[in-house]
Amino acid sequence: MKAIVCVKQVPDTSGKVSVKPDGTLDRASMATITNPDDLNALEAALKLKDATGCEVVVVTMGPPPAEGMLRELLARGADKAVLVSGREFGGSDTFATSQILAAAVNKIGVGPEDVVFCGRQAIDGDTAQVGPQIAEKLHLPQVTYVADIQKDGNTLTVKRMLEDGYMMVKVQTPCLLTCIKELNDPRYMSVNGIFTCYDKPMEVFDYNALKDDPLIEVDTIGLKGSPTNVFKSFTPPQKGAGTMLKGDDVAAQLAGVLVKKHLI
Amino acid sequence: MDFTLSKQQQMVQKMYREFAENEVKPLAKKVDAEEYFPKETVEKMGKLGMMGIYFPTEVGGAGGDVLSYVMAVEELSKVCGTTGVIVSAHTSLCAAPIYENGTPEQKEKYLPKLCSGEWLGAFGLTEPGAGTDAQGQQTIAKEEDDCWVLNGSKIFITNAGFADVFIVIAVTDTVLDKRGRPTKLCSAFIVERTDPGFSVGKAEDKMGIRGSSTCELIFEDCRIPKDRMLGVRGKGFQLAMATLDGGRIGIASQALGIAEGALDETIAYVKERKQFGRSISAFQNTQFELAEMKARVDAAKYLVYAAAQKKQQAMDGAKVRYSVEAAEAKLVAARTASDVTRRCLQLFGGYGYTRDYPIERMMRDAKITEIYEGTSEVQMMVISGALLK
Repeated sequence: MKAIVCVKQVPDTSGKVSVKPDGTLDRASMATITNPDDLNALEAALKLKDATGCEVVVVTMGPPPAEGMLRELLARGADKAVLVSGREFGGSDTFATSQILAAAVNKIGVGPEDVVFCGRQAIDGDTAQVGPQIAEKLHLPQVTYVADIQKDGNTLTVKRMLEDGYMMVKVQTPCLLTCIKELNDPRYMSVNGIFTCYDKPMEVFDYNALKDDPLIEVDTIGLKGSPTNVFKSFTPPQKGAGTMLKGDDVAAQLAGVLVKKHLI
Repeated sequence: MDFTLSKQQQMVQKMYREFAENEVKPLAKKVDAEEYFPKETVEKMGKLGMMGIYFPTEVGGAGGDVLSYVMAVEELSKVCGTTGVIVSAHTSLCAAPIYENGTPEQKEKYLPKLCSGEWLGAFGLTEPGAGTDAQGQQTIAKEEDDCWVLNGSKIFITNAGFADVFIVIAVTDTVLDKRGRPTKLCSAFIVERTDPGFSVGKAEDKMGIRGSSTCELIFEDCRIPKDRMLGVRGKGFQLAMATLDGGRIGIASQALGIAEGALDETIAYVKERKQFGRSISAFQNTQFELAEMKARVDAAKYLVYAAAQKKQQAMDGAKVRYSVEAAEAKLVAARTASDVTRRCLQLFGGYGYTRDYPIERMMRDAKITEIYEGTSEVQMMVISGALLK
């Protein structure tokens, strides 16, 4: 049994944020961290390991320095790391990224008892698309916004958070879950974990390692395979003060304002 | 000397910083104000391997190195001097002498539980009439059939109220020296909290490190099995001195951490505090004070790290002693801590004198580093002794 955790190295937005002239983030000039929700995903996998002794594999797509992040995740308790890295993968949007990550997860192999964990979304793009897309491409059942997991054999009972409540969902393994911060408190790296993390196995999947997977085509990966175009990145302008309506006929006043603005 | 941190050392430093910020700093005020011993922090540190950092995994340690231990005490002490000394006394004064002098059975019995934090360790040398003065020792251990019987008391014992295992120095023999004068010989013993005739006395009401449990140890016909003697009979004082060499590196790290923590707080404060229409960081007095303090803190840091590297060589099997390096590190780091915290408080002005800011606590915590595990004067005796021998 295995838990596969998809993680992303993201710019530390608590520090300096810089944007390139083409409107995308200047990642090279920013400090990096492991995406916070992905740490919740890893913690969920490590809890499963504590309970069942399963193997925990972390996988990320990124440039070679992402190895540093993977080593830290091994120091937290993961058993094995996979770095998906290659020039051909550069410039991928969520669609292309999920093609590549799905192929990587395929290569790691999803067994009948296995669970794929993802964070809900990354703090750099906030799309929350990659996890669900991986599930679709691997034909795995998925539950998003997971805040609690109970395991009984091959059945997981999962609490799925909604804006104004929650659902309890039963799902069979293999499956994919996207995790939110309410799910758990990520553990720290341990001292022994740190001193042994460079002895744990780490594999690099480059283009050649994945190219035989049907998901990997010239027009499904990298910049060419990315239907998304970023026109502009900007800090949204601050909202001005609102207008308070007063009196007995606020509904009528409001309707008047909306009509004036051609909103109704 | 190479102070480049390895990838692992950089990683443990990052982990300690996150841990100190999230788990230790929020408790620091309570630890001081309520003399609260942070048991929950000790438990968490045990799980992370922070209670046995530089011991090999075969004895239950985390398999790290001495510098990684030094950085742990440093990072903890940046935000809470009490938490720093809990780790230092436990590791350097209890686990280390067992690791360095214990029989295989003693190591097997004590080290895994000490390293996991399940058991907390302490060390008893100081008595009302004797600390560094070996001949003043009054605690006596007498051999009886199948056990040792201890009588006497120890004072100012760090971690005492919460410790499970104590390394205790007691007089076992009296011999005549070359001139025919009687000379006391000490031996070291491992005493467990539950041993009959052993009790922990009153806790001291201290100026600083107020959450640290500093108590008296009382031995009234305390019977312990024969196999609890640690190291060679009659060589207990030497064992204690060698143990304190390691302990001093830990206290030097604590002093370093307190100074760095005070400087961090002060840098943040002077940027936000405004007087005469501008931030006080714009005044040259502030700038020069900060600059000099930073230089002194870094100088202390290099001495502390150098001592750690020397101890590492000894751990790796080299026949080297690090008494002088440890004494130099402690002398300089402790003075730096007292000096820097006092000057930082001055930059805080009246607010620094209140308990609304952590700086007065740091100043109170700093003072002890000039006193325990050998006063600064004792460190100078060690250093000059090596120079003039």
